[in-house]
Amino acid sequence: MRRTVKLAAVVLTGSLGIASLAACGAKSSDTTTAGSSGGSGIKVGMAYDVGGRGDQGFNDSAAAGLDKAKADFGIQTTEAEAKTGEADSDKQTRLETLVTAGYNPIVAVGFVYQTAVEKVAKEHPNVKFAIIDSDSPTQPTNVTSLEFTEQQSSYLAGIAAASKTKTKHVGFIGGVQSELIKKFEAGYRAGVASVDQSISVDVTYLTTPPDFSGFSDPAKGKEAAQGQLDKGDDVIYAAAGASGTGAIQAVAAKQGAWVIGVDTDQAKQPALAKYQGSILTSALKNVNTAVYSYIQSIKNNAPLTGVQRFDLKSGGVGLATTGGHIDDIKAKLDAATQQITSGATTVPTAPPAG
Amino acid sequence: MTTTQPAKRGFLQRIDRERLILALAAPVLAIVISVLICSVLLATSGKNPIDAFHIMTNFASASDGQVKILNKATTYYLAGVAVAFGFRMNLFNIGADGQYRLAALFAAYVGGAVNLPSFIEIPLLLIVAMLVGGLWAAIAGILKVTRGVSEVISTIMLNAIATGVIGVLLVPGIFAPGNAGGVSNSIQTKTMAASSNFFTITTQGGSLYGFVILAVVVGVAFQLTLSRTRFGFDLRATGRSESAASASGVNVKRMILTSMCVSGALAGLIGMPDLLTDSHYFGQNFQPGLGFTGIAIALLGRNTPIGIGFAALLWSFLDTTAVMLPLQGNFPPEIVNVMQGTIVICVVVAYELVRRYGLKRQQQRVGAQLAAQAASAEKKEVAA
Repeated sequence: MRRTVKLAAVVLTGSLGIASLAACGAKSSDTTTAGSSGGSGIKVGMAYDVGGRGDQGFNDSAAAGLDKAKADFGIQTTEAEAKTGEADSDKQTRLETLVTAGYNPIVAVGFVYQTAVEKVAKEHPNVKFAIIDSDSPTQPTNVTSLEFTEQQSSYLAGIAAASKTKTKHVGFIGGVQSELIKKFEAGYRAGVASVDQSISVDVTYLTTPPDFSGFSDPAKGKEAAQGQLDKGDDVIYAAAGASGTGAIQAVAAKQGAWVIGVDTDQAKQPALAKYQGSILTSALKNVNTAVYSYIQSIKNNAPLTGVQRFDLKSGGVGLATTGGHIDDIKAKLDAATQQITSGATTVPTAPPAG
Repeated sequence: MTTTQPAKRGFLQRIDRERLILALAAPVLAIVISVLICSVLLATSGKNPIDAFHIMTNFASASDGQVKILNKATTYYLAGVAVAFGFRMNLFNIGADGQYRLAALFAAYVGGAVNLPSFIEIPLLLIVAMLVGGLWAAIAGILKVTRGVSEVISTIMLNAIATGVIGVLLVPGIFAPGNAGGVSNSIQTKTMAASSNFFTITTQGGSLYGFVILAVVVGVAFQLTLSRTRFGFDLRATGRSESAASASGVNVKRMILTSMCVSGALAGLIGMPDLLTDSHYFGQNFQPGLGFTGIAIALLGRNTPIGIGFAALLWSFLDTTAVMLPLQGNFPPEIVNVMQGTIVICVVVAYELVRRYGLKRQQQRVGAQLAAQAASAEKKEVAA
């Protein structure tokens, strides 16, 4: 008996660990489904990454775009989300089921779907797919990539940080040291340097792949932010998904320090409302706009194809102005925006080596 | 309880059938209880549980669903056997998780670097995977025999270290080629040559992993090793009582090291069905957590090859059909996690209940027998 108990304890701790990861994406019990009286006849299938609707970030933003499209075009929708630690074959099953049920187009939220989308899209050339944040040279033509120029909004965030720092030290917290987040770092560094070369940027990544917990661990974010504050950084840009909330908490506790949020307008999030006074701005990544535009293009029979980049010009990325903390540097930001959209400034996508 | 029922040798023949029923009773009881718990959960959240189970069984009765279930069960079976091998001698190899991921990374790297004919390449990759898994497990084995470090602690630590090692190695320039166009956010090893494709069996419902056969071979070998070889006997003996085993001349330290390595080598195979049949590269989102799934499956299957087979099928059925739940009826797929969790808890409780019941039955029978003997002895005395 003792052996079995020991075993059970281990299994439980193991699965609890996994479950606690999954629990980060506690979702609202009510999700939209098929069955709405749709007039247009378009059926959109959404496959979310782990967390799904209700993750207060990336997936929610995509869901907002879907909801808006649904309200405007009267389309039918079905949604499903990935499970933590599921196999690629599960993602394929999910997409195939959507195809079988007649959903077209199908939107896959997150780069984790790349392989699955490619495989399923090849088998069903008449179904249109969209994938967010990813593309590959081998994907078939019925796959549309929806990507963002995160480096541009991060560049603006860098300008804001550099303009507000008094100690000439600013910080960057990346959730996971992945290619995606390196784009944020690169843009931010360039933005800071464009204002004042002498400002130093402290960079902390919470985890390194394949450990993706850096996107979902507020405690790690808090610790990293505390470390940077102790080093004298007074503006911190936290591009770390849900871990960013920890960083925001830590920064809010220190008088005179600012934090820059990411993806959505974090000052507007109910859970973070009490830290509004410390949130300088947020580097927006409007996944909702991308999803909405894609569905709209299908509805108008002029589907977006290939790799679609949502940039500063098209409003795909930008800075939030909630709280009015960056109103005083508006002229500077507008000038930089102008330079980027006109092509005069090209923001790097990879941070300096080392 | 597992097969360790003391003082039953005399009964073995007679209560065999009863034992079988008792052995089946526990898992069945566990599944029934967990189905009930999940039904209550679904019903209280205003959803019809019958519909949910209907969706699941419906998918499982379709041919493509069955192929998917079998494919996944193949991976799960290997995970279960890898863990069970250690469990049979009381070694808790919690580290299968790190072992198989590291093994798959190295196998994928080697597979990307060489391009040999299939009949050399595939065995080579399997051997690489088993070697890496075995060596990684050997660290825990060596620590245990030389320093007395509990393998539970060391293998858990090694899981975290394996994650770190993969993070260090899986970067462009080391195990991954430089970013070859595209803004793929996933970094992965070079895709392996076509010669590394493991064969698949084409069926109505799609292609079935050829690894299904390998899994059966592993299961048979596992059973034969345990029941027909001296090594297997030593292993079981050590599992039951280390001191008794060493008194009878078993080199316990060597047994620990060997079985840790074998368990790790088997764990090395866990990632292979996916790697050699589906993905052909190791990416940052290579499926993690199979080692822990393996522990649950080994526990449910009572560490026997056949039991693990059923457990793997059950787990795979649950995981595969879970994907359908939100799509076909707006059910939360998490209900499957609840079900798996309750099965694990219930199975422990059920085994204990069944064991007590079995013991009681035995005692009653012994009592009855003794009474009968006494009665007949008395009769003889009277007759004399």
